[in-house]
Amino acid sequence: MRSGDFKVSYKEDIAILQTGFVKICIAFFIIALIGAVLVSDNYFVYIINLCAIATIGALGLNLLTGFTGQISVGHAGFLAIGAYSSAKLVEAGLPLLLALPAAGFIATICGLLVGVPSLKLKGLYLAITTFAFGFIVEHVANAWVSLTNGANGITVVPANVFGLSFDTDRGFFFLVFPITVVAVIYARNLARSKPGRAWIAIRDRDIAAETMGINLCWYKLSAFAASSFFGGVAGALYAHYMQFIGPNHFELYLSVQYLAMIIIGGLGSILGSIFGAVFMTILPEMLKYLPDLLRENYPVVVERFADINLILYGLIIMLFVIIEPKGLNGIWNNAKTYWRMWPYTH
Amino acid sequence: MDSEVLRNIFQLTISGLAVGSIYSLVALGFVIIYKATDIFNFAQGELMILGAFICYFFIVHLHIPIFWAFLLTFIAAAIIGLVTEELFFKPMVGEPIFSVIMVTIGLSVFLKGITGFSWGYMIKKFPAFVSEAPVSFSGFVISPAHLVTIIVAGVLFVIFALFFKFSTLGIGMRAVANDQDASLLMGISVRKIFGLSWAISSVVAAIGGILLSSITYLHPSLGMLGIKVFPAVVLGGLDSVMGAIVGGIIIGIVENIAGGYLGGDVKEITSFVILIAILMIRPYGLFGKEEIERV
Repeated sequence: MRSGDFKVSYKEDIAILQTGFVKICIAFFIIALIGAVLVSDNYFVYIINLCAIATIGALGLNLLTGFTGQISVGHAGFLAIGAYSSAKLVEAGLPLLLALPAAGFIATICGLLVGVPSLKLKGLYLAITTFAFGFIVEHVANAWVSLTNGANGITVVPANVFGLSFDTDRGFFFLVFPITVVAVIYARNLARSKPGRAWIAIRDRDIAAETMGINLCWYKLSAFAASSFFGGVAGALYAHYMQFIGPNHFELYLSVQYLAMIIIGGLGSILGSIFGAVFMTILPEMLKYLPDLLRENYPVVVERFADINLILYGLIIMLFVIIEPKGLNGIWNNAKTYWRMWPYTH
Repeated sequence: MDSEVLRNIFQLTISGLAVGSIYSLVALGFVIIYKATDIFNFAQGELMILGAFICYFFIVHLHIPIFWAFLLTFIAAAIIGLVTEELFFKPMVGEPIFSVIMVTIGLSVFLKGITGFSWGYMIKKFPAFVSEAPVSFSGFVISPAHLVTIIVAGVLFVIFALFFKFSTLGIGMRAVANDQDASLLMGISVRKIFGLSWAISSVVAAIGGILLSSITYLHPSLGMLGIKVFPAVVLGGLDSVMGAIVGGIIIGIVENIAGGYLGGDVKEITSFVILIAILMIRPYGLFGKEEIERV
């Protein structure tokens, strides 16, 4: 157990895994997770897969909104673009391992387009712009029937790499998990190196950042590019996992969910993105048990279950922003600090 | 042929005017909150539809006469506005804009859930309070409900323009929007002003909701209209009452003409394409105040 921060070099200070203890914990966690996936039922693995996909998407949004401070209310648009691109590319014969990054790049191009207004707009106005983008993508997906089959949606080829099919829940885990790990490490590296520090500087005070020599144009656009790439890959993975996508999978509501993830997890934190993605994925699944408990006495609860979900989401988002703006990551850090110092307060 | 096209466009303009005047009303609600508190309320559409459902509840379930039902609805809406401000936005004073926006998004999801939970998703017909026979002026048709909407929007516009210009409260609200600290020093109760503007905005939203559902139908998804009003607010300028009205009407007409000639899907996105264009060219809108950032 470590007792304090005693760094003697800069390299140590920015290391991804700071102590041996953390390394052991993470190794243990990964082994436990794989073990759990191997022995547990499909439903559990399904949840884990959804968590992994959500983690990739949330990382992307957090890079843009949490680190760079550019509010995006249209993240679902990038997921949709990634999902449709990958579905169509694989259908056209491209191998999945190429289609995933290609879907990411197509989303990136759109991200750059949306990023251009951010050079001029900020705060509220940018939120409205990204919001409009999400809305437009959703409607284009509805209207471009020749490509997307409109509101009916399209079926997607299951994931297949080098002839190995990943069409079961458990199989898909072994595809999505390594990708998620790579995404987490990549995001962490971005965050701790020059781009990440430039992004944080822009978030905290863009004019000050510019006077210090940070190229606002380049770093704002790169944040949009990174964010939409992650979003596109997450959408593509989602498409191949569900094997069916339609415009209603990528509604405004999904963007709100992703925003909720990074707020609940913790803005500007990689670990927080994971916490938030897992929390927001598990919460509705947990809530599914609620109707069983209340079926007898309160049938209306079962009937209007989706609305109860909405009410809870809304409340959770508002309460986290008001009471714990640092999110689960903040709670986690406080708890760690508390136990490290225990029983002394200093 | 030419006169046929012109006629067609004119008819589309007239029905667009009616939709536009509803946009204007909802936009007015946005502007009132934004003017006083600097909060852009993503939940305005949900406040609107909640107001309409409350009114429906009073009329259909409690059988209250229409006039009193309206009055009760306005009181209820004002209370909802006050409570919302007290619970969720008072703690947010001085917080970064991102957090405030997220609270309004959370509020919109929350209210949507409340409406759906309380009244369900069956399409309801709002009890008619004006005659339904269409009125025609020299061949151009408009329904009385649309006409009422246009008139109400006009009257409210005049009232609020005067209110912000001449009444002490209105001037206080503008002062608070301009500089909270300075208005506190001048003896304006910022807390009261915040509560008041939420109450007023919520009432205006309820009026918009009642008019909208009397023109169309009553369903929780109507709250989406709040979203479609964004382009109107931005076009007019976020802090301008005049802008809300003009922006709403322009968007309503443009959308209707685009829908009439290019089809329903295009209609849905037209206003948002306009929105992005405005934001690129003139983010403060037609009548808004240009913000100057001091370093």
